[in-house]
Amino acid sequence: MTTQFPVTNGNLPVGEGDGRTYEAGTDKPLLEIRDLEVSFNTSEGVVHAVRGADITVYPGQSVAIVGESGSGKSTTAHAVIDLLPGTGKVTGGSIKFDGREIVGLPRTEMEAMRGRDIGLVPQDPMSNLNPVWRIGTQIEEALKANGFEGGKRERKDRVAGLLQEAGLPDAERRARQYPHEFSGGMRQRSLIAIGLASRPKLLIADEPTSALDVTVQRQILDHLEVLTQELGTAVLFITHDLGLAAERAEHLVVMFKGRVVESGPARQILANPQHPYTQRLVASAPSLASRRIQVAHERGQESDELLAPDLDATVPRVERGAAPADIVVAKNLTKVFTIRGGRPGASADFKAVDDVSFTLKRGHTLALVGESGSGKSTAANMVLGLLEPTSGVVEFDGTDIASLSTKEAFAFRRRIQPVFQNPYGSLDPTYSIYRSIEEPLALHRVGSKKAREKRVRELLDLVSLPQSAMRRFPNELSGGQRQRIAIARALALQPEVVVLDEAVSALDVLVQAQILDLLGDLQRELGLSYLFITHDLAVVRQIADSVVVMQTGKVVEQATTDEVFDNPREQYTRDLLAAIPGAGLEGVAIAG
Amino acid sequence: MPENRYETVPGGRRPRPGQEHFAAEVDEGGLGAVDAVKSDAAPTSLWRDAWLQMRRRPMFWVAAAIILLVITVAAFPGWFTSVHPRFDCELAKSLAGPEPGHPFGFDKQGCDIYARTIYGARASVLVGVMSTAMVVIIGTIMGSVAGYYAGWFDVVLSRITDIFFAIPLVLAAIVIMSITTNRTSFTVALVLASFGWTSIARITRGTVLSVKNNEFVTAARSLGMGRGRILLRHVLPNSAAPIIVYATVALGTFIVAEATLSFLGIGLPPSTVSWGGDIAQAQRAIRQAPEILFYPAAGLALTVLGFIMMGDVVRDALDPKARKR
Repeated sequence: MTTQFPVTNGNLPVGEGDGRTYEAGTDKPLLEIRDLEVSFNTSEGVVHAVRGADITVYPGQSVAIVGESGSGKSTTAHAVIDLLPGTGKVTGGSIKFDGREIVGLPRTEMEAMRGRDIGLVPQDPMSNLNPVWRIGTQIEEALKANGFEGGKRERKDRVAGLLQEAGLPDAERRARQYPHEFSGGMRQRSLIAIGLASRPKLLIADEPTSALDVTVQRQILDHLEVLTQELGTAVLFITHDLGLAAERAEHLVVMFKGRVVESGPARQILANPQHPYTQRLVASAPSLASRRIQVAHERGQESDELLAPDLDATVPRVERGAAPADIVVAKNLTKVFTIRGGRPGASADFKAVDDVSFTLKRGHTLALVGESGSGKSTAANMVLGLLEPTSGVVEFDGTDIASLSTKEAFAFRRRIQPVFQNPYGSLDPTYSIYRSIEEPLALHRVGSKKAREKRVRELLDLVSLPQSAMRRFPNELSGGQRQRIAIARALALQPEVVVLDEAVSALDVLVQAQILDLLGDLQRELGLSYLFITHDLAVVRQIADSVVVMQTGKVVEQATTDEVFDNPREQYTRDLLAAIPGAGLEGVAIAG
Repeated sequence: MPENRYETVPGGRRPRPGQEHFAAEVDEGGLGAVDAVKSDAAPTSLWRDAWLQMRRRPMFWVAAAIILLVITVAAFPGWFTSVHPRFDCELAKSLAGPEPGHPFGFDKQGCDIYARTIYGARASVLVGVMSTAMVVIIGTIMGSVAGYYAGWFDVVLSRITDIFFAIPLVLAAIVIMSITTNRTSFTVALVLASFGWTSIARITRGTVLSVKNNEFVTAARSLGMGRGRILLRHVLPNSAAPIIVYATVALGTFIVAEATLSFLGIGLPPSTVSWGGDIAQAQRAIRQAPEILFYPAAGLALTVLGFIMMGDVVRDALDPKARKR
């Protein structure tokens, strides 16, 4: 058992009465979780997913559980509504809702409670609506299941009202549409409408916006906040994003490996994290870090430094002698895809990338930023020579890559290498780590077998993985480790440019910080140039020298990172910046 | 800039009971090892995982025992009986019951049923294995080329597959076999394979289509690896699981198809002992001695059951989505 002790803080007295009282009527907790234990039976024995968690939620309050994948945050929330997946079971502790013990409640009573007293907004708007039913029908279903009284007409009106309330204009027509006619944001709004259909006292929002673009995420969270405040609904947020949690909740609960490692008022945790894990989390949160990650020699004081006041936000990059030459120049790149139309033979042209130009300087990092559908990955694939531009030129070190002969093109491959987003798809699962890293060397006939093995060992050292890892297979490694392997493989041929296509987007914050550190170190040691493709402006600030912001295939803004962050010129860039979760919290973290 | 949430909370307000700031003690949780590689366990791969998964299932051992038995019988029938199935027949014993040394009795021709059942295994297993091998080769080539190279290649190959798919396997085999003069295990297998490859081609095409969109394929392309090499080195090994699963199950159905053809008299010639032929023979005497139908039919059923069970176990092990909880 974890023993927990109160942390005293000079500014915010904790403990015995100091005369101040709480607002009337809010001193009775709505949800009280004490010593909760949840375990799963697996083929490898019993796994304790949650160990001794304590969480308290008051009526109308918003509380966030923060943690990385596998920390038990979702499991805790699912235990509250008794929807644990598979073999999961509450094995100890108590959950009191409105003063009533709900662990071990009969199924029928629990069912009555779900939806009516406790609503849920699930994580993935793409898979949580039934594609064969109209949106309206699915909301009606929720109303019926929770004992909505009234006729068909009233129910229809109520559905329209709920959708309207969730921020969908023209609700009556929308209710007759099917999920595939909705965008991700609209689906999430429908799910919120379902979650709030029966006016629950508590709404559990399980990563409600992780699958959405940042600007949409912000709109939806703003809307949810207003709505729950009006209705007086308490919200239990589950999120991996500390910035988002701190921005949206009064009270934070930080979970790590099934334990609550720290909890308290959001501001206090951010300003004065006590547990080393929370400290690391606060230090690593890209949205909170106020300036670029510094490379190796400065990393001794990394955590303090990252949050230090912006004394020298424009620390000059490591000097590289002469003025850097342009290594990659993209000129007026355009890519048109032909989309098959509704009728046979009919087709439409779709400009994925529209007249995009940018320049990557040797030894620098250029970030291509944009939301899904902005054409940033298409542009990257053209730079990699994997996709032929419809018009425009990519020059690599002064040579147009389209003009290369087959042999020259093969040699060109050695000089530019990609690292992709999905750590589960970027390594061949049938290849051992050794074979994965050795493959590029073998393909380009670099060295003898022995020399190649030595190089693989070097590369593993370079990405800080033990050499023993080379006998493993990808399915045995974590996401962060796989991403290191992918980086090692990309570096095997000593390329000059590495294209990082959302390379850290799928990783947990701490792992993401490690990989970003690693990339910074490697850039410094090997003089690499990075083309960094991402949707996450927060990460950009940590790694990039200059930024190209893309929207629907076009470049909307292009400047140095500092300029973009301090002085954005375009409204779209400003929207993106404002949408970074926790963007408004910077001052607090630094003040702490 | 978004509204600063806790600015709205009066700064000095005391947290409510149960919400005081507290932190867990540091010792637990293994903070240092956020991302450590386990270096003790033996390396595992998809195939090794599948093996570990399979060997825990009793069904795997039952299926393996049946298959092993059937293959041994097919390869070395002499180990199980010293009676010859075709030459040690005495018409005097036509339809006679069991006697010492002849546990299953005699068929209409006075041949020993036990010996014929033992010798019949070879034809079934031979045809089953040969036609499955051919089907896998044809189907994998057609399917992977169609799926990987896409474009008009895919259109042409897929339509060819559709045409063959529309022809009923046994019907086509009956037509072809009835005009074939040289009927051996090989020709039967060839005919079955030439109409039975479509399912594998479709399965392969589907998997190849999904595997080729993986990022490791794009990574191999950006290494400058040729298309054919990517197909062989990366795409096919990752598409193997469903092909293997289907092949194991298909083996059983080909054995049944061979028996069907032999039963109809257009499969293997009477000079080759086969379960299908024996079932056809037994059927003619079914009113006098129904039990002689039982032995070849049981042999056939057991063999097919063994392969289909194995296919099931292999599928469960290789395809976690279909795995039962």
